Amino acid sequence: MPSKSVGAEYIKGLWEENPVFRQLLGMCPTLAVTNAVINGIAMGLATSFVLILSSLVVSSLKKLIPSQVRIASYVVIIATFVTIADRFMAAFFPPISKALGPYLPLIVVNCIILGRQEAFSSKNSVGRSLVDALGMSTGFILALLVLSSIREILGMGTFLGHQVMGAWFKPWIIMILPAGAFITLGILLAVALVIESKTKKRKA
Amino acid sequence: MELITLFIAAILVNNFVLYYFLGICPFLGVSKKIDSAFSMGMAVTFVMTITAVVSWMINHWILIPYNLDYLQIVSFILVIAALVQLVEMFIRKISPPLYQALGIYLPLITTNCAIMGLALLAALKDYGFAKTVVFGVGSGLGFTLAIVLMAGIREQLDLADVPEPLKGAGIALIVAGIMALAFTGFSGMIN
Repeated sequence: MPSKSVGAEYIKGLWEENPVFRQLLGMCPTLAVTNAVINGIAMGLATSFVLILSSLVVSSLKKLIPSQVRIASYVVIIATFVTIADRFMAAFFPPISKALGPYLPLIVVNCIILGRQEAFSSKNSVGRSLVDALGMSTGFILALLVLSSIREILGMGTFLGHQVMGAWFKPWIIMILPAGAFITLGILLAVALVIESKTKKRKA
Repeated sequence: MELITLFIAAILVNNFVLYYFLGICPFLGVSKKIDSAFSMGMAVTFVMTITAVVSWMINHWILIPYNLDYLQIVSFILVIAALVQLVEMFIRKISPPLYQALGIYLPLITTNCAIMGLALLAALKDYGFAKTVVFGVGSGLGFTLAIVLMAGIREQLDLADVPEPLKGAGIALIVAGIMALAFTGFSGMIN
């Protein structure tokens, strides 16, 4: 892995190792908060904030943390940043904080974050971990954006609260219900697999 | 009466998996066989009940009296991690057969967002002690119900002709969607 260029380290998070579509990590927030685009973006940014700062701290402290207690230490580091994000949202964006409810504090158990610390930041330099965290964050935000756009447009006929569908459009209520989240993500995963196998065939 | 309503609501209406989207990872990962799905469900119910009790005590006896509620996230996650470890050691000593049955599922539960979600939701909704316990047991049973149903469907799905790209997680999510749709039928039960 160290032979990878910095650019490739970033790009891999977007598609090749996209946390949601390829690795199936962080499914709970992905499904729960994507009923509106604004919630998806807020969740994506909050998760990125926690991921990037935790990666920075873990990668700079990796020599100091004994490996027996590493998971507990990572969890405390992550929980600290989640608390900061949670308090910040509650203070400056109360409506969004209310809409996200328990899912904002639940970033602490988002497997993307702990997964990156264990798989990457604990073994790589600070700079590389930062690039990796940025790539994963972008991939996560992209996935949330795709899912929440589909659900908001079909479920309410709006995008970020603006009407985009004509008056003829009858909103599909199911899309903003939990069932819509599961079905849309299931179909998106299949689409991602089809694209992946097509590009692989072309390369071969 | 209120407690019974809460209990039924936690199992059917506000199902942890199909309504709150909590515990999706084990729901997708451990739902290939009914036996293991049931063990996972029982392990989660067990830990959830204890977590509900302990997190309530910490919240109401330590965090709130001393105005430390901003430490909720850090303290809950540490308590859950420690609790799972403790429960694991305890079961291994007291009941080796149960330990064998739950096996690898116990440590997996630490990172299960359903447990953390339960502690946070109970704190958020400001439930009293009795309500918190009932909510914990009900949510655990709801999780068990969802994961066992899912495993039952997936055992049948193995024999079905599923399109290649949908195999695995894709079809599982769509099945979960249809289950969620069926469960919304229960929402009329409780107002």
